Amino acid sequence: MVPAGYYLVLSAILFGLGIVAFVFKRNIITIFMSIELMLNAVNLAFVTFSQVLGKLDGQVFVLFVIVVAAAEAAVGLGIIILIARHRQSLNVERMDLMKF
Amino acid sequence: MTPQLIVFFVLAALAVLGAVTLIAARHPIHSALALIVVMVALAGLYLLQGAEFVAAVQIIVYGGAIMVLFVFVIMLLNAGEEERTSLSRIARVAGIPLALALSGFLAAAVLRSSHAAAQAPVTAASTRGLSMLLFREFVFPFELTSFLILVAILGALVLAQREN
Amino acid sequence: MTDIINILRQHSFLVIALVKCGLLLFILLTVLAYLSLFERKVLAHIQSRWGPYRVGPHGLLQPLADGLKFLFKEDPMPAGVDRFVFLLAPFLSLALALTSLAVIPFGPQPLRFSILGTQYETSLGIVDLNIGLLVLFAITALGVYGVALAGWASNSKYPLLGGLRSSAQMMSYELALTMSVVGVILMAGSFNLREIVTAQEGRMFFGLLPRWNVIAGPFPQIIGFFCYFVAAIAETNRAPFDLPEAESELVAGFNTEYASFKFAMFFMGEYANMITVSCLATIMFFGGWTSPFPSAWSWTHFIPSALLAVLGVLLLIDGIRYETILGKLVLPGVGTALCALSALLLFFAPVNNYIQGPFWFLLKVFIFIFFYVWMRGTLPRFRYDQLMAIGWKILLPLSIANVLLTSLGILKWGLR
Repeated sequence: MVPAGYYLVLSAILFGLGIVAFVFKRNIITIFMSIELMLNAVNLAFVTFSQVLGKLDGQVFVLFVIVVAAAEAAVGLGIIILIARHRQSLNVERMDLMKF
Repeated sequence: MTPQLIVFFVLAALAVLGAVTLIAARHPIHSALALIVVMVALAGLYLLQGAEFVAAVQIIVYGGAIMVLFVFVIMLLNAGEEERTSLSRIARVAGIPLALALSGFLAAAVLRSSHAAAQAPVTAASTRGLSMLLFREFVFPFELTSFLILVAILGALVLAQREN
Repeated sequence: MTDIINILRQHSFLVIALVKCGLLLFILLTVLAYLSLFERKVLAHIQSRWGPYRVGPHGLLQPLADGLKFLFKEDPMPAGVDRFVFLLAPFLSLALALTSLAVIPFGPQPLRFSILGTQYETSLGIVDLNIGLLVLFAITALGVYGVALAGWASNSKYPLLGGLRSSAQMMSYELALTMSVVGVILMAGSFNLREIVTAQEGRMFFGLLPRWNVIAGPFPQIIGFFCYFVAAIAETNRAPFDLPEAESELVAGFNTEYASFKFAMFFMGEYANMITVSCLATIMFFGGWTSPFPSAWSWTHFIPSALLAVLGVLLLIDGIRYETILGKLVLPGVGTALCALSALLLFFAPVNNYIQGPFWFLLKVFIFIFFYVWMRGTLPRFRYDQLMAIGWKILLPLSIANVLLTSLGILKWGLR
């Protein structure tokens, strides 16, 4: 048996690493991936709580999170393609204009 | 050391290693591969907790659809290696301690809560129960997500379309 | 020594599972090798040629020669490739393709045997999962990476185009593939492959027809089967959907830069995927190991031995008249062995009864694989826009309609 705390600590570590990746990476696609990492960390916490409390609600939430992540990926990657076409670069520091 | 604990530590190490590689890798494709490793390890952890359906959906949707989309876009845009700039150095100096503090804070808060001591019971969550919940109590949010997906499809189409 | 035996005895479950894995892997790799010979022979005969004929009698040693060639050829590493991803891609394709076969059950009854006085019992098939079908789809979903990464890592134009095409194609068809089996899941009420087969046992129409999902149930899954099979061909990148490796446009597509054993890994992965998909079609739509004949017709139990005997006699006659001396020795030998096997089945009723399930299962799988090869020999390749149109505009709506109609049928007439 694995104590629930282990899962939750792992979830916290992954979330922290996701934040590190978010502030540290310069490529817009990788930044987007670090958001997915954070979502995954949250999902782990959801599943763990659902098991500890003996309720399936947490797992339903995970399903919703996955659906939202899929929608987000579709739109986000569309925006990224558009930006890359306009600016010829994926570096977030080159995207410093509100209008071009 | 029970077998479950060993499996947990192996999968957890894999997940953390993947997340660290995501940060350390310079090429977006390598970062994407590292993220896929994290997702597969997490699916294994869900299986360990008895959440079979969620584990399968995690791999099918996250691993098989969302990450393929990422890899596809990286290939399409021919993304090269990441540049290291002065700002990214500032991010390293300020960001990493901050994030470490935050995750330490989170972990400490989690460990102090009453649930942390509880053992996660490994009861196989029935897919039937999950579907009952999804289509009875959560049917309204479920229908809303279908609208969300429709809007996302339209948005992606409009965004990625070439301008004539 | 006794310590080792005791440890083995305590962990007999693990040991048996490992032995089964090894056995399945051995059989599978042999079958994969001979599948390539089978495909070349059938294609050749469709095109009025002889196919491989030089290496061994009827080209029977051709797979061996191919394998040696794959092993001993030079293995160049093109300039500018991403080494890690370049090596990972073929490994990923083969490993995932082989893993997916672990979930497939091959027969109904467990195998009982005793070693050193202890009785053991094990099912045919490596693992029996509650979510077997979902696991299979999860593995298929990950299979895209092998092709996409190979295309990207090669650092070359044609492989990149092949990789892009394949990731788009596999993502489009995965939707239709997953939706097309929902009808079957609704009718069986389970993701377990064994339970899906058990739900199809029984007879209908005065016991003349089997209750296979493709013809029976509240709503026959004929549309579902059509969608599944077309989408599965596209998922396995086989003709007429083999755009990722279209020779006439992309040299060899994603595997242009691969040579020797790395190429062989892609090759074997493709064939293993073909087998998995055929097994799944058999399990979900054609009743798995259930016989097409009523169980009251006891003579149908002798079909396997009759088939073996006919094959053996044919080989004997052909072998005696064969041109080379090796053929004159080998072919009649194999023929005699087949006849002996047929006699064994005829005289040992328990063995014959045990073999029935796996026999029908493997026969159906074989028919699907033949169908695959037949399609490759008959149909021309689709254009890329046609491929996308078929996936999104025909298969996906059809499979969603199938889900709707099946659930309506279950609502109206109930299960059975």
